[in-house]
Amino acid sequence: MQSHDDHAGVLTLSDEVRHSVEVNSLKCYQCGKCSAGCPLSSDMDYPPSVLMRMLQTGRKDLEEKILRSYTIWLCLACEMCIARCPMEIDIPKVMDYLRERSLKEGKATPRAKDIIAFHKSFLLSIEKTGRLYEIGLIVAYKSKTYHMMQDVNLAPGMYVRGKLAILPEIIKGRKNLGEIFRKTLKKKEESK
Amino acid sequence: MKIGFYPGCSLKGGSREYAESVLAVAKAFEIELKEISDWNCCGATAAHNLNKDLSLSLPTRILAQAEKDGLEEILVPCAACYSRLTVTQHELAKDEELRNRICGIINMEYKGTAKILNIIQFIEKYVLENIRFKMHHNLDYKVACYYGCLLVRPHDILKFDRVEDPQSMDKIMRELGATPIDWAFKTECCGAGMSVSRTDLVAKLSGNIIEDALDRGAEAIIVACPMCQSNLDMRRPDIDKYLNRKTKIPAIYITQAIGMALGLGETDLGLQRHFVPVALPEKDHSLDSNNTVSQIQEGEK
Repeated sequence: MQSHDDHAGVLTLSDEVRHSVEVNSLKCYQCGKCSAGCPLSSDMDYPPSVLMRMLQTGRKDLEEKILRSYTIWLCLACEMCIARCPMEIDIPKVMDYLRERSLKEGKATPRAKDIIAFHKSFLLSIEKTGRLYEIGLIVAYKSKTYHMMQDVNLAPGMYVRGKLAILPEIIKGRKNLGEIFRKTLKKKEESK
Repeated sequence: MKIGFYPGCSLKGGSREYAESVLAVAKAFEIELKEISDWNCCGATAAHNLNKDLSLSLPTRILAQAEKDGLEEILVPCAACYSRLTVTQHELAKDEELRNRICGIINMEYKGTAKILNIIQFIEKYVLENIRFKMHHNLDYKVACYYGCLLVRPHDILKFDRVEDPQSMDKIMRELGATPIDWAFKTECCGAGMSVSRTDLVAKLSGNIIEDALDRGAEAIIVACPMCQSNLDMRRPDIDKYLNRKTKIPAIYITQAIGMALGLGETDLGLQRHFVPVALPEKDHSLDSNNTVSQIQEGEK
């Protein structure tokens, strides 16, 4: 398979994807099945197949657009694209890589602010207690996004149905969990 | 019979009726479910969206805890947890270097020997064979079996059922006397983790699922994932607004459906916890043996 390694001198984003997560975007022949099956392609700035084409070009300006795109954050990781890809290109894995990279380089689009705030609040809750604490998650999310009034009608309904635990479940191994976060997510943020 | 049990966070919180119904069905079939000791969250979508090593470390710690408990088989009813655990096991099995790195991060031993079962595999293996003997009445309804994403995808790794038109849940529902419909949204995404951050998109995706099920005459949607259930159930006001119609079709867990056919009580199955009431029309559900046999035969065709 042809690579950009030789003629560009520097690694393209496509090369880096291939080295890091072993997915070769050059295999894509633009059939568009991923974009047809993607439940959110009409809400994205670039549908998955277009994003793959942008990767293939190896152009710096397009790579920049990819890392600043809304697409990578809208992707639900539902895995429909890979299920239907005739070349079995693991697009969700590419998306994971691009998100991590976009965040690390501080290029995440402001449009994805809420989505990223949710993910971060979710992980914060796990880091502290080992398990998801829904009230903690919502409080953290609201303090990050200022969406104070969102779902205020839902919480009482959840409470009367016994769906909202007031206190978190705290696991014994949370020290171990803290260590895991320090060696993974926190490490990346420090190296920024 | 002792099987490991990984409930995951949803089943301890907002989707506790799923756990209640799983445990109620297990009890009815005299299966002991042993909760993995001191388990942690699998990291869900959030972890693999932000950090690969974290997304592998969290599930590996769970599997290592299960190994420490001496559990050879683990039931993981949440489809999302099931997918994360299975994908992690697969990734570490094919890459020794990665496995060593992750073991270093979690500071635990991990062999990767435990067999992971999703809820359907668990039912097929331990419940289905004897189900007709324990049934109290037929669940004589038209149902839309909704598999969602993570029970069947990524198919290469999970290797479970057919990726586009799965049948395993349909088969179980047929055993219960129900009539599964053919429909187009069996494996479409409900919007999953965007429930809070982009509720409008969840309303759209889940709304399309509900509309297709209704248009094809389904009386209930049968689910096997807490994220699917909570989006279809708790987000119903947003969904109804998107569809511009008032919908009443309930989203019922497969284990609740089994429990209902067994004649278990509403609170045993947590049915009272639903936002959209599980109020199915009255019908004659008596177990007619001829009817039963013909349904089973039809199911085998």
